[in-house]
Amino acid sequence: MLEIKNLHAVIDGKEILKGLDLSVPLGQVHAIMGPNGSGKSTLSYVLSGRTGYEATEGTVTWKDKNLLKLAPEERAVQGVFLAMQYPVEIPGVSNMTFLKTALNAVRKARGESELDAMQMLKLLRSKAKNLGLSEDMMKRAVNVGFSGGEKKRNEVLQMAVLEPSLCILDETDSGLDIDALKVVADGVNALRSPERSMLIITHYQRLLDYITPDAVHVLAHGKIRKSGGPELAHELEEKGYASFGDEAA
Amino acid sequence: MPTTSKTFVKDLADQKYKFGFTTQIEAETAPTGLNEDIIRFISAKKAEPKWLLDWRLSAFRHWLTMTEPTWAKIHYSKIDYQASSYFSAPKQKKTPQSLADVDPELLDTYTKLGIPLQEQEALAGVERRVAVDAVFDSVSVATTYKKELESRGIIFCPISEAVLKHPALVKKYLGSVVPVRDNFFAALNSAVFTDGSFVYIPKGVQCPMELSSYFRINAQNTGQFERTLIIADEGSLVSYLEGCTAPKRDEHQLHAAVVELIALDDASIKYSTVQNWYPGDKDGKGGIYNFVTKRGACRGRRSKISWTQVETGSAITWKYPSCILQGDDSVGEFYSVAIVNNYQQADTGTKMIHIGKNTRSTIISKGISAGHAQNTYRGLVKILRTAKGAKNKTQCDSLLIGDKCGAHTVPYIESRQPKSRAEHEATTSKISEDQLFYCRQRGLSTEEAMALIVGGFCKEVLQELPMEFAVEAQKLVGISLEGSVG
Repeated sequence: MLEIKNLHAVIDGKEILKGLDLSVPLGQVHAIMGPNGSGKSTLSYVLSGRTGYEATEGTVTWKDKNLLKLAPEERAVQGVFLAMQYPVEIPGVSNMTFLKTALNAVRKARGESELDAMQMLKLLRSKAKNLGLSEDMMKRAVNVGFSGGEKKRNEVLQMAVLEPSLCILDETDSGLDIDALKVVADGVNALRSPERSMLIITHYQRLLDYITPDAVHVLAHGKIRKSGGPELAHELEEKGYASFGDEAA
Repeated sequence: MPTTSKTFVKDLADQKYKFGFTTQIEAETAPTGLNEDIIRFISAKKAEPKWLLDWRLSAFRHWLTMTEPTWAKIHYSKIDYQASSYFSAPKQKKTPQSLADVDPELLDTYTKLGIPLQEQEALAGVERRVAVDAVFDSVSVATTYKKELESRGIIFCPISEAVLKHPALVKKYLGSVVPVRDNFFAALNSAVFTDGSFVYIPKGVQCPMELSSYFRINAQNTGQFERTLIIADEGSLVSYLEGCTAPKRDEHQLHAAVVELIALDDASIKYSTVQNWYPGDKDGKGGIYNFVTKRGACRGRRSKISWTQVETGSAITWKYPSCILQGDDSVGEFYSVAIVNNYQQADTGTKMIHIGKNTRSTIISKGISAGHAQNTYRGLVKILRTAKGAKNKTQCDSLLIGDKCGAHTVPYIESRQPKSRAEHEATTSKISEDQLFYCRQRGLSTEEAMALIVGGFCKEVLQELPMEFAVEAQKLVGISLEGSVG
């Protein structure tokens, strides 16, 4: 399971995470909700090891491994996957090449055999079909000229191909219309498994209408302020984050 | 302890250049220095006819009156032309008549370089074959598939052999595209050139396999001056590739080649280069000085010359493969990837000279700079009054890695024909932290991520390479940039 204890992180000299505690057991889906600027994206970057987002105090363990000591690619090998809020464009590199390179890098690091082009094509076809993505998209350069919805679906496709054990979805719902949201939610639901934990970071409750979490946590001012069941999301939708404002800090 | 870690770091820095080994072979090397006697010595070694010796001497006498060009954006300490040797040949008991006669030490060298010189049986659809002319220091040591090519009338041999066996063709075309007095380095090459490849494709023949020359500098204190001449007669087609490597040495070595291409009516020549001369170490010590003149003449109507180059090596690259578009409706193309790392300097580009009507040219240049390196694209598109309907499209993209390197673009466009069009586009970008993180989050190491991103940046050019070499070139791109991010 994912165990975060007393996590502090400083970005550009400013403390953003101020002693965050959180546990996500294997097989569970937890949602983290919170107002803008509460530290949601910072948490996702600290967990995935982005340069400039180093923890100053506390521990993060995943399957008994100290994640904070590992480089981003080593965390990926340990099964950490971050579906990004703003997926990055890589001109000239086809989606297919990108996924093949990534999957084989991870497989190699795990001591598994690498897939050849034919095996990869077969795998991608079946995964893409489930997400309603055209094969044509495999040939296009990574995220270049993709619509907002396509980019997010592409993130979920990568997740489906790489089969990580810890999925962090950073505001995957932002910028999606209701149809795209459903497709993405279906994709995520299909990946729910007793072998996989998920952390869904979101500002709004609407994604949680389609993905029912096992637990909901409220992140405000760099700490988890409240935890509860799925009903907590509805409560937040009605009352907003005001009660976690200044008096909670 | 400090010694051990220092050695380790050195080993690490050095392992990047895989081809830095030296072959221990007895060689016959001319004394250092450059004078008429040396030129006579080279000419005599090759048993050349008098006209060629006179041609060399006239080039040399003119060279003495010329000064080294200084307009390129490259800096290097003065080259002492008297300190180098102008001829070195591995000693062989007799001239090899077939591959079986070639010194195994030499064959082994090329195997280590990944260029097996054994001929493979023709297996339809299994693997495409490549005929190779292997040039070791000043001489060609082996040429494969000669017989098969001869059966179609194709001549593919060392230029020294062509001088003796096909004097009329050589005399007619040698120096016809790059005249003896063209420039300082071309004049020097004309005086002292030692070997190189000669290709003649007869009328209407499509060359059935890739032709390739592999140049290797081995001897110390030796310059390499090869000369390549390719003639595609009417309606013929040929694809040619050159590769090159050199051992790692602390001193600089000079390489000044001349390549001339001639395409007659409806002929097409595709010339690809994967240049991987030793680039020097991470502090800029050693490395090849690469001063090369490459030019193609589209003499015939509807003829086409296409240059593709992947430049990853050399301490200094000074090179402008160009096209003279004489024939109406002729086409010139230049696709280039130039990668510089550490203290490498590259000043490279092309000239497209539009003379005939409706001539078209395309230029795609991708420059990648890392470390303290400097990369310059220098190009000229010249449209003469006669070139009604001429069209050019130029695209120059630069990619920077780190903040100590530089990229420069110097495009000239001169048009004297109002009914013509020249387009120029240029971009400069950096590999972003976002891109690197995105790739690493998906499991790629920083170096794998760099190779992937840079490969994407160069894709338009790499896909122009023959299939067999595109994969190699892609790998080379990755290796050249190793250690460029901290």
